[in-house]
Amino acid sequence: MSQEPILQVNKVCKSFGGVQALSNVSFEVSQGEVFGIIGPNGSGKTTLINCITGFIRMDSGRVLYRGREITNKPPNRIANLGVTRTFQIMRPYYSLPAYKNLIIPLFSPRARQSGGWRGGGKLGDRATVSIDILEEIGFERDSFVPYKLASSLPTGYLKRLELARCLALRPDIILCDEVFSGLSMSEIASMVPLIEKLQMDGITLVMIEHRLRELFRVANRVMVLNFGEKLTEGVPEEVMQDEKVKEAYLGSEKLLDYMFEA
Amino acid sequence: MDKNRVTPERRKERLDRGIKVRTEGIYAIASWEEISYLVLPRLLLIVGLLLLPLLMPSLYWKRVISIVSIYALLALGFDFLAHFVGLVSLGGAFFVGTGGYIAAILNKAFGLSPTFTIPMATLAGAAICTLLLLPALPLRGVYFAIVTLMYPLVLARIIEALNILGGTDGILGVAGFPSRWIEQYLILLIIILALFGLRRLVNEDIGLVFRGVKDNDQAVRASGLSITFYKAIAVFIASGLGSLGGAYLSHIYMWSGISQFALDFSIIPIAATVIGGGGTLVGPLLGCFILVPVSELLRAFGTLRIVFYSLILMLFIMFRSEGIMVYAQRKYHQFERWVKV
Repeated sequence: MSQEPILQVNKVCKSFGGVQALSNVSFEVSQGEVFGIIGPNGSGKTTLINCITGFIRMDSGRVLYRGREITNKPPNRIANLGVTRTFQIMRPYYSLPAYKNLIIPLFSPRARQSGGWRGGGKLGDRATVSIDILEEIGFERDSFVPYKLASSLPTGYLKRLELARCLALRPDIILCDEVFSGLSMSEIASMVPLIEKLQMDGITLVMIEHRLRELFRVANRVMVLNFGEKLTEGVPEEVMQDEKVKEAYLGSEKLLDYMFEA
Repeated sequence: MDKNRVTPERRKERLDRGIKVRTEGIYAIASWEEISYLVLPRLLLIVGLLLLPLLMPSLYWKRVISIVSIYALLALGFDFLAHFVGLVSLGGAFFVGTGGYIAAILNKAFGLSPTFTIPMATLAGAAICTLLLLPALPLRGVYFAIVTLMYPLVLARIIEALNILGGTDGILGVAGFPSRWIEQYLILLIIILALFGLRRLVNEDIGLVFRGVKDNDQAVRASGLSITFYKAIAVFIASGLGSLGGAYLSHIYMWSGISQFALDFSIIPIAATVIGGGGTLVGPLLGCFILVPVSELLRAFGTLRIVFYSLILMLFIMFRSEGIMVYAQRKYHQFERWVKV
């Protein structure tokens, strides 16, 4: 893991009317790292991802990607640079089969330029490429699943489809908004190796998560948000020992222990 | 016993024909039977359309065919925008008026023949309409519809108030077509091309992007595609079809005037889409070929015409709201049989 920061977020502020959703949030993510963002509900985690990826305009602050300014750029431009995101509430194209869902990101300038998934050549048959990606993300190739309408897929597959949409862009960074939420224990268990594999492939991950145990298995560093402010940052074990975090994030140490063990 | 009754012992089973399943995306055809199963409906449509001018009894009805075809172009554009891109457009009148005036001006001021004015008006009209609608593209649903509705109203009033482009008289003395046959067959060929062209387009990869914009525009942005750009392309295509119709109309009537901004051009395509079945493209086209002639036939009722017309529409919407083609396609691709429970 190199120490060169791939994503620098500098003093991001965002308010909705009178509510200060984010105030002066700064952090850096290194190349190849898994960076976790945790915090209680309403602490501004999703807003932060929305700001970084351009889905909402931040009031002030800067976001640099490989030293390049991406502050408040349109979301499609940011995605084309390789900074992709998943949505907490899944946003598949419900009327299309799973594999056709991926043809849309494969149509993007970035996917066309990079030409094909893993390996060169031109992006000839998008359907073939999209089935390859789906297989990689855990859709069984020889089953009917890749050909099923997205509206008939269970949550576990839809969460994977969210990740697959990012992968189709051949991303450098994926900002994951709660990929574990709403999944059963066994689905989470199969998702964790997937995240580890993405990291092995050299993709930098920023993960918002409530499932702390699973997050701490994969995360290199964790940042804690509370009421739009950054409380602390560090390796998972340190962060969880922090008194401020125990107090603000979970209210009591007992609950923290419970969540960590659960 | 009633032949069609469902009893505790038996029920009707409906199955998709294998050929339908196999031809969605993959073109695997095994026999002449299957080829004809796919080709016959298309052939029937094309031959039927091309025979129409020969079957029409009078000059009046031949003219109706040309007008219906113009509505059909608008209906194709409406269906494409509404069901494949998610933009509800009431801009039929806007597109027709723009195309009609451009063709008339090109013809009168520069003396160009219809061979040149129609393609030029199509492209220029599409460009102007798209440009004017560009600020409205981020809007969705009914808001976009309102903007597209305002333009024809505003433009008609501007022409009237400023007395430009012939004012209320319109532009007179536009060149007509050299013959009736050319007039009818050209537009019929154009609608056949437009229909199959659009069907091809929506099944290409870019068509999936359009449907993505309709389904979930935020996900399209997250996929690195600009939704405004793709909406603009779609509006360009639909307004091009409308402008083409408008230019044609100017040359048919040898006149262009503010009645080309009339709301008929916005509303009838929508009614035709409802009757014909939205999302099928061919449905709205057939809807026009049903609706407009019916409205002509009802002229026999004089003032009560609109009452009967509305009645037909209402009954249709209440009892066959999915539209003719959605129903017909489903029945065509299914077979039914009785099975013992």
